[in-house]
Amino acid sequence: MSAIDKNTVRYVATLARLRLSEAEIDRMAGELSAIVSYVWQLNEVDTTNVPPTAHPLPVTNVFREDIIRPGVDAEEALRNAPEAHGDFFRVPKVLDQEEA
Amino acid sequence: MALSWTVFDLARAVQTQACSAREAVEESFRRLESHDPNIGAFLSHDRVRSLRRALVVDGAVSRGEWVGPLAGVPVAVKDNLCASFGLTTCGSRILESFRSTYDAHVVERLESAGAIVIGKTNLDEFAMGSSCEHSAFFPTRNPWDATRVAGGSSGGSAAAVAARIVPAAMGSDTGGSIRLPASFCGVTGLKPAYGRVSRYGLVAFASSLDQIGPITTDARDAALVLSVIAGHDARDSTSVKAPVPDYVSSLEESPHSVRVGLSEEYFAEGLGDSVRRAVMEGVEHLRRDGAEIVYIHLPHMKYATACYYLIASSEASSNLARFDGVHYGYRTESPQDMFELYTGTRGEGFGKEVKRRIMLGTFALSSGYYDAYYLKALKVRTLIQRDFDRAFEQVDVIASPVAPTTAFGLGEKSRDPLAMYLSDIYTISANLAGLCAISVPCGFDDRGMPIGLQLMGRAFGEEKLLAVAHRYQSLTNHHRQAPASMADDTSTKRL
Repeated sequence: MSAIDKNTVRYVATLARLRLSEAEIDRMAGELSAIVSYVWQLNEVDTTNVPPTAHPLPVTNVFREDIIRPGVDAEEALRNAPEAHGDFFRVPKVLDQEEA
Repeated sequence: MALSWTVFDLARAVQTQACSAREAVEESFRRLESHDPNIGAFLSHDRVRSLRRALVVDGAVSRGEWVGPLAGVPVAVKDNLCASFGLTTCGSRILESFRSTYDAHVVERLESAGAIVIGKTNLDEFAMGSSCEHSAFFPTRNPWDATRVAGGSSGGSAAAVAARIVPAAMGSDTGGSIRLPASFCGVTGLKPAYGRVSRYGLVAFASSLDQIGPITTDARDAALVLSVIAGHDARDSTSVKAPVPDYVSSLEESPHSVRVGLSEEYFAEGLGDSVRRAVMEGVEHLRRDGAEIVYIHLPHMKYATACYYLIASSEASSNLARFDGVHYGYRTESPQDMFELYTGTRGEGFGKEVKRRIMLGTFALSSGYYDAYYLKALKVRTLIQRDFDRAFEQVDVIASPVAPTTAFGLGEKSRDPLAMYLSDIYTISANLAGLCAISVPCGFDDRGMPIGLQLMGRAFGEEKLLAVAHRYQSLTNHHRQAPASMADDTSTKRL
């Protein structure tokens, strides 16, 4: 298995929405390469016709009655908000004026 | 009369008015003040709230009411379990000032059974780690030797019980996070089968592996606490509807001719001599007591660590996507757009190990790598599960070490992530297969550090598992040992 280079680290960090410093990218490339070469041993195992197990128990959909129950009110939901405005979470502008 | 510092005896003493809940809570805080500055088990605690709750318990007892099986017992919970009081930080900067609006299922259950949650315990950030050094705040030190780690990720809970601050603390176990610190700290740690305890209010790390369980000084207390927290909860659709047995009364049905499995895969190279010796002595105790030793083979065990780190990290990368700086938690300073808001918040808010796992998981799930890594790991997981299915046709429990070594020094493994991951080599297969497993103290190495014996049982086989662990503890004294500075606290004469 080829090592994970810095460009792969930058690409994956973008997918994961993680800002990493150059020093972090450098270190991460080495550490992830070591981990990925360790887990590569799984390829010794013949898994032809072996189904994947995503969950230890057979999971089935669970339905419940559609009954109105008390939920979290706006004040409570906003209690931990980094920034709020009225009954809303506040974030930077998502669309430019022209696009909007 | 001396009163033993166990859940069982304290609850009975409170209910029979041999001591009051207020006295139990005050004693707990006296111990916390005397020991916690040296070990750092707690991230937060609340004496005022605890005493207020103790008064409620004492009031009910004095009116002759039955409070519950945990009446007046001070307990601690890992800080990745939500509580509607105080903070829930997950040991992370990103949740440093987060206040949950609700109680986790287990917090609710514990307090309605009469227990008093005195505080929240330290952990590796988001439960990712094997030493409790990845907490964003401070590492938890081992009560037996403060230069060594407590183990992780439920290191605070294990250390709090080992230091006899509380007789029970809740942990969570995704790949060994209850059993490993229990082993390092010389206490008893139970990971119930997946689905046995509702995960409602547990901040998710890897949803197909996470399970909540008790850390106590003995198997009887583990059984008592499990009876309180187990059972179906509609708010966690993966908690099963199977009836909850009375784990305490089935302890006394001594397990006649129990079949104990031994697999050479758990005694391979890398296992420390003193650990091997103590674990084999433990097995010998069971054999002399009438257990039948059966040699079994788990051919895919050696792939468990690789399999686990791919699956757990993949699930983590998905679960931790919710920490985005929008709804709660830390937010980066003046972001220009949403991309900066997300990347800045997460880049600044998460610690090293969490970033590493998010990166590994995102990589394993990314287009072009999904089949080779994530899907491959899921298939190997099937083979590991089948190995256990076959083994449990021949045996009732499987005995093994909990970890290859005893507690290592602070800083010893924190620079080598892979070496740290290999501390979990014996514990993670129980999570992959959804089994129940327990760590019980089985001796000490030549430096006086505790060693843990792991017993694994089939899914929902906690009754048998606890009965064997209890039987073992009735034959041995290791679980009664406490660190020298806490030795007087295994019982209390002050109450």
